[in-house]
Amino acid sequence: MIALPALVLLPAIGGLAAWLSGQGDRPTHLPWWVAIATIILQTVLLLVVTLTAGFGTGPWLGHFSIPWIPALGIAARMDMDGLSLVLLWLTTLLSFPCVILSARDIGERPGLFLLLVLTTIAGVDGVFLATDLFLFFFFWELMLVPMYVLILRWGHEDRRRAAIKFFLFTQGSGLLMLVAILGLVILHWRSTGTLTFDYFALADTVLTPATAMALMLGFFIAFAVKLPVVPLHVWLPDTHTQAPTAGSVLLAGILLKTGGYGLIRFVVLLFPDAAARFTPVALALGVAGILYGAWLSLAQDDMKRLIAYSSVSHLGFVLLGVFSGSPMGMRGAVVQMVAHGLSTGALFVIAGSLQDRLHTRDMRRMGGLWQALPHLSSVALFFAIASLGLPGMGNFVGEFLVLLATWRISPPTAILGAAGLVLSAVYSLTMIGRAFLGPPATGPDPDHAGPDFGVRQMTVLGLTMALLLVLGTYPQPILDLSLPAGPHATQPEAGRP
Amino acid sequence: MDALFLKLIVAFPLLAAAILLLSAGRMPARATCVIGTGSVGLSALMAARVATHATSPASLHVPLWSWMRVEGFSTRIAFTLDPLSLVMMLVVTFVGFLILLYACGYMRDDPDIARFFGYMTLFVAAMLVLVFSSDLLSLYIGWEGVGICSYLLIGFWHIDSANVAAARKAFIVTRIGDAAMLCGLLLLATRAGTLEIAPLLAAPPASATAAFLLLGGAVAKSAQAPLQTWLPDAMAGPTPVSALIHAATMVTAGVYLIARLHPLFAAVPAAMATVALIGLVTLLLAAGSALVQTDIKRILAYSTMSQIGYMFLALGAGAWQAAIFHLVTHAVFKALLFMAAGAVILRVHHRQDIYQMGGLARAMPGVFAAFLAGAAALAGLPLLTAGFYSKEMILQGAWHANPLLWAGALLGALATAVYIFRCIFIVFFGPRHTDPTGRTGATMALPLLCLGILALVGGWIDMPDAIAPVHLLSRLLSPLFGAPTAEGPSWLLWTGSLVPLAGVGLAWLLWRPRIRAFTPPEDAVARLARTGWGFDTLYDTLVVRPFVALGRLNQTDICDRLSDATAATARAGGRMLGRMQSGQVRRYAGWIAAGTIAALCLGAWP
Amino acid sequence: MSTTSPAQALLLAAVLFATGMLGVLARRNLLLMLMSIEIMLNAAALAFIAAGARWHAPQGQVMFLMILSLAAAEAAIGLAIILRLHAAGRPTLDADTGNRLKG
Repeated sequence: MIALPALVLLPAIGGLAAWLSGQGDRPTHLPWWVAIATIILQTVLLLVVTLTAGFGTGPWLGHFSIPWIPALGIAARMDMDGLSLVLLWLTTLLSFPCVILSARDIGERPGLFLLLVLTTIAGVDGVFLATDLFLFFFFWELMLVPMYVLILRWGHEDRRRAAIKFFLFTQGSGLLMLVAILGLVILHWRSTGTLTFDYFALADTVLTPATAMALMLGFFIAFAVKLPVVPLHVWLPDTHTQAPTAGSVLLAGILLKTGGYGLIRFVVLLFPDAAARFTPVALALGVAGILYGAWLSLAQDDMKRLIAYSSVSHLGFVLLGVFSGSPMGMRGAVVQMVAHGLSTGALFVIAGSLQDRLHTRDMRRMGGLWQALPHLSSVALFFAIASLGLPGMGNFVGEFLVLLATWRISPPTAILGAAGLVLSAVYSLTMIGRAFLGPPATGPDPDHAGPDFGVRQMTVLGLTMALLLVLGTYPQPILDLSLPAGPHATQPEAGRP
Repeated sequence: MDALFLKLIVAFPLLAAAILLLSAGRMPARATCVIGTGSVGLSALMAARVATHATSPASLHVPLWSWMRVEGFSTRIAFTLDPLSLVMMLVVTFVGFLILLYACGYMRDDPDIARFFGYMTLFVAAMLVLVFSSDLLSLYIGWEGVGICSYLLIGFWHIDSANVAAARKAFIVTRIGDAAMLCGLLLLATRAGTLEIAPLLAAPPASATAAFLLLGGAVAKSAQAPLQTWLPDAMAGPTPVSALIHAATMVTAGVYLIARLHPLFAAVPAAMATVALIGLVTLLLAAGSALVQTDIKRILAYSTMSQIGYMFLALGAGAWQAAIFHLVTHAVFKALLFMAAGAVILRVHHRQDIYQMGGLARAMPGVFAAFLAGAAALAGLPLLTAGFYSKEMILQGAWHANPLLWAGALLGALATAVYIFRCIFIVFFGPRHTDPTGRTGATMALPLLCLGILALVGGWIDMPDAIAPVHLLSRLLSPLFGAPTAEGPSWLLWTGSLVPLAGVGLAWLLWRPRIRAFTPPEDAVARLARTGWGFDTLYDTLVVRPFVALGRLNQTDICDRLSDATAATARAGGRMLGRMQSGQVRRYAGWIAAGTIAALCLGAWP
Repeated sequence: MSTTSPAQALLLAAVLFATGMLGVLARRNLLLMLMSIEIMLNAAALAFIAAGARWHAPQGQVMFLMILSLAAAEAAIGLAIILRLHAAGRPTLDADTGNRLKG
């Protein structure tokens, strides 16, 4: 399917076009239109891919492969299964708020900004598709660098520190993954004599338990940093807080999902035995993330930090689900990722809009915003309620399935996870109570809070709300799609269009 | 046809909620009232139609759609209509309709009336989902849905941060129970592979853990000890909210849940005993608190806790019909009391302290009559009132289970009569402290009238054989719960009738007009009772404050220090090595010499 | 002819080298440091000669020639630097002030 590389190339090319179109001397809106056209085209392309996908021929829905560096056994190989498709849709949908709603905090050089955003999206799309480990690593790095520049150039007051922290954490863990990839490739080469980076070939490598565990840990740590898993989460609050709105949405909505995707594709499916032995540790880490994230979220005064820690808490469920060892947990984890992407992405949009209007993220200086900004506040209320896992919204489906799968292997873990639901209610409602309800604050004057959400914002966020509701009441399509295809599943033959 | 009606009964309020919330206050107040009240009214009409046509024993099953279907577990959203949900449906729609009608008058001047009616209709829809669901997980949608609506409505007047805090407290405390209930659902789903109620109850997995976990949810939702602390604070919401959510419907959801799953509980004697004990403890503690409150709404709140305690007592005693009967009559007379209290509060300029009212009987005779009817029903004055018959049934059930339970319930009945008539004597008799203004409009008076009549005659649907052999409700429910227990000796009935009268007499002696109003000695016990027996303080010091303080302490995240420490080490190391680069030729030469010697030594070593 | 054994020559070389090194480390005068470096180079050259003589190999003398040219080049550059410093107006030959060079 030639469309798979097109999915990656289109945002990259569109980004370049947006950058070039903004090169003139006069400030122009042209880059925005180019970017919007790009993501609309991307949506159409993805729709075509979805419609022509090989449903019914097996778990793998699409395939593309050309040799890249044959001497080293590296190919540009991409395969798509239901999991990739779901996450590609999430990426594409979330690119709309990133591009449409971030106009306010860019200022100069929108072309460069959009180039970076779209390149990140291209990298993420590549990560979700690549099945050649070298190519995967290439995309993994590709999504990192533009993000770093985005934070460094358009971030808030403490952006340098945050950007460097982000870069060091992800890069360091990425190098660990590179070592693991090379180790796996070399072991495969020694045992079979062929040098290849192909995911499907490497899955057959015969490994001793100890080696498998070591290699798995290399992958695990890289993805655990990205997901993030406590105690490797420390880059996340700083980065989310300092990033520009579009950056926060990208990070929370999409980039974190690459961690969850990687855990499924390259840890659990590539090293099933080692992952099974690692399960107790992973479950403990997951539940620690849920509780620790929620607890710290509760203690924050900075709104973006609060949302960032709530991400840590929500993604603990993903870790639980992925390592629960059952398809149910896996499906729950995917639904949780999608729902978290939508709800937390929207919350970051709201926090960013508040910062634009009030020039502060400190909730001690907010309060009573409902009077001044009723639309914004009611949207925030909706997403806070979604984020606390109200049944009928997407987050509940994910959390429930994950907890059910966890209960089968370890009831105490599930009970602790359910306790996280209580804490999520505490921090969500605390945020709503402190920022939007109560008497008007003494700090920045809410009468001068600027305009309420207009048609543009309400449309985008309203669609997000609708998606969350649909996901919560009729999640079956996602559930059916979301089971990842294992490396041993029937592959679509190479010649298929 | 009935299936369609069943769907419409839920769909109307849901649609109204969507319209009202999306209109974002751009709709005129009158239209808002019409849509909000009208939708629930339509639901009530259809409920009546369904109820009269329902072929009583057979239950109606309406599958809607499959919600989640994965390996080893599937759940669908489906409604079912059996006698129990029929009764609940009627209560929710009819009482809901009357309260919404009342709210049209009560909230007339509020600028945010669209939001209010949006939340209220959403609540009615969620409550109906809760009642109709044939699957525990879709019941959980309604269960949490009513919780969030309760949060939104308690904090409806959100300018006052006390209201916001009360709303948050209500949601979080019930969420603790909900989390326990979710664990119970997980356990059941793992054991049985389904959460569909019918197959689950056909072969109940005798699991004490599951019963206790579900009980946790019921206890929190129904404001029973030890998770009862949220209900008195929840009175911060507008009075129609208190009437609908915190008296008539939502707080009885726990009772409904246990009744719905009664085979599960009946299989575990320990759970039954716990339910009865929780009920007894709550009913006595809450009645004690109600005796010393001065805020009229808080009196009613504690009274609600106490009456739900009766229902739990009945459930624990296995008198399922009695619990549901009391649920119905309580919904009627407590909604009536709240609405009458609301009418009083409106007329005396939003004052709620009973000692600032006084002598209002002459100024508002209609409201007084309504309040009196409700109070009589609450106290259970014999023969004339609905509360008498349902309470009598509970006392019978308690006697059969354990005479001690009966004695406790009787003591509670005495206290009930005392505290509610204390309220009446102080508010409606004696010297006047505030001059009431305005008048109670028709939209408010009509619901008061309807519910007032029901509070008096509603109990006649089910009477002890000694009075008249009418057993409409018990018969209706018997396919579900089995035949009711036989009646006890007739002196039980006599005691049950005389104790409330004695209570009224006692209240007359202590607080009758034109004597110096009796003020109970302000000792430690009274103070403790007024603050709800110190549960709040206990939780605050034991749980909330340490948790928050620890969180504050760790606000900057101890894990972050790890990465900071790594960075600091790297920086310090760099600085140390950098000191070698001093720019002094001789120092460099020295380092070179030292390095060479070290290399030579290393080379010569082996 | 064989009046000196290679061991003696090596000993002499070591003593010379140590002297030179001590000079480099201890003296602060740039000229004297340069001279000390010459001594060290010559010590190394002596060791090569001794070794070449011991094994009758020509490489020792080749290395000696090379060190000779190296030492010449080194002396030329070193002296040039010192002269240049002087021309730039530095009145001192103190090596320890070298880290204050600017521009």
